[in-house]
Amino acid sequence: MEVQVMQDILGSNDKLAAENKKIFDEYGIFVLNLIGSPGAGKTSLLEKTIGSLKNHLRLAVIEGDLFTSKDADRIADHDVPVIQINTSGGCHLDAMMVKKVLSKLDLQNLDLVIIENVGNLVCPAEFNIGEDTKAVVLSITEGDDKPLKYPLIFKEASAVVLNKIDILPFTNFDMENARHDINCLHPGISIIETSCRTDNGLDQWCSWLRAAAYEKNERMKKNNG
Amino acid sequence: MHEMAMAQGVMEIVESYAKKSNATKVRTIALLIGEMTGVVFESLEFCFKATAKGTIAENAEMKLKSIPLIGHCNDCGNESHIENYNFFCPQCGSAKVDIISGRELRVEYLEVD
Ligand SMILES: Nc1nc2c(ncn2[C@@H]2O[C@H](COP(=O)(O)OP(=O)(O)OP(=O)(O)O)[C@@H](O)[C@H]2O)c(=O)[nH]1
Ligand SMILES: [Mg+2]
Ligand SMILES: [Zn+2]
Repeated sequence: MEVQVMQDILGSNDKLAAENKKIFDEYGIFVLNLIGSPGAGKTSLLEKTIGSLKNHLRLAVIEGDLFTSKDADRIADHDVPVIQINTSGGCHLDAMMVKKVLSKLDLQNLDLVIIENVGNLVCPAEFNIGEDTKAVVLSITEGDDKPLKYPLIFKEASAVVLNKIDILPFTNFDMENARHDINCLHPGISIIETSCRTDNGLDQWCSWLRAAAYEKNERMKKNNG
Repeated sequence: MHEMAMAQGVMEIVESYAKKSNATKVRTIALLIGEMTGVVFESLEFCFKATAKGTIAENAEMKLKSIPLIGHCNDCGNESHIENYNFFCPQCGSAKVDIISGRELRVEYLEVD
């Protein structure tokens, strides 16, 4: 006997993610899901971002990590609330993991939550966790061919951070080619070149994030009365 | 290995539909997998075998239907396969091309006894 199904395999994750998002919406909090390969510079970028935004926005960080609290410790040094999720080997965060830690956040007093996903360019792209949007960090040493090799995350994200531009002279990374491929894959996406070493481009990144957060904070204030 | 999470997703769906139709055995699980998804079918199959051990779907065969990545242009209406992940409309150059298929990760149907 044949039974028609037509159900999404990740349907239950999507449903939970929507519930998380609804909670963040109620409090008008903008949520960023930050994704990138191991070592691309996600935590470094976050540390710089915190330094520049924490006087303007009330922010908290959720750190996804396989086993350790190394990244969470780095963030805690910057005096912002940070919550650690260990995936115990899992290659991505999922909506249930985020749901479980929501009660640890002081939701009433936040404008921005940044979630650093597990270092991985593939798996996290399919799993919504309740974010408003995704941003992907690609570092220069990974090579300019990566957008077309791992297209999904570049399609899903609304900003690409090309990090470690300070070491461009020592690599064969073709910036024009990278920008071209990313723009074909996702016309109009924000592409921001940064260095967490020299601080180049960090202003542009922080402005992008601040504008996105502000837009939602204001919109939700109106909606929620 | 997010295919393990996906295999569990398939298992949940299979169990709930098998129960609804009072099945005693699941023979086939037909999947629709889009071209632009982060899943390797072979590893999904492998993970599912492990997940399905001792369940109603043990030894079920997974059937894969790949769904091509198709874009629809909001300016000229062109619908065509997206080549090399270039999302500009091949007919009019517009940047307003939406994905209409190719992102599926779906259980289509089951064959059960
Ligand atoms: N030269 C240079 N090094 C950088 C830059 N950004 C980060 N790094 C270095 O790259 C290494 C990895 O940075 P992290 O910030 O830990 O990277 P991550 O993406 O958080 O790594 P995981 O969380 O382990 O996936 C560290 O040694 C950083 O100091 C940069 O812009 N330029
Ligand atoms: Mg990190
Ligand atoms: Zn067109």
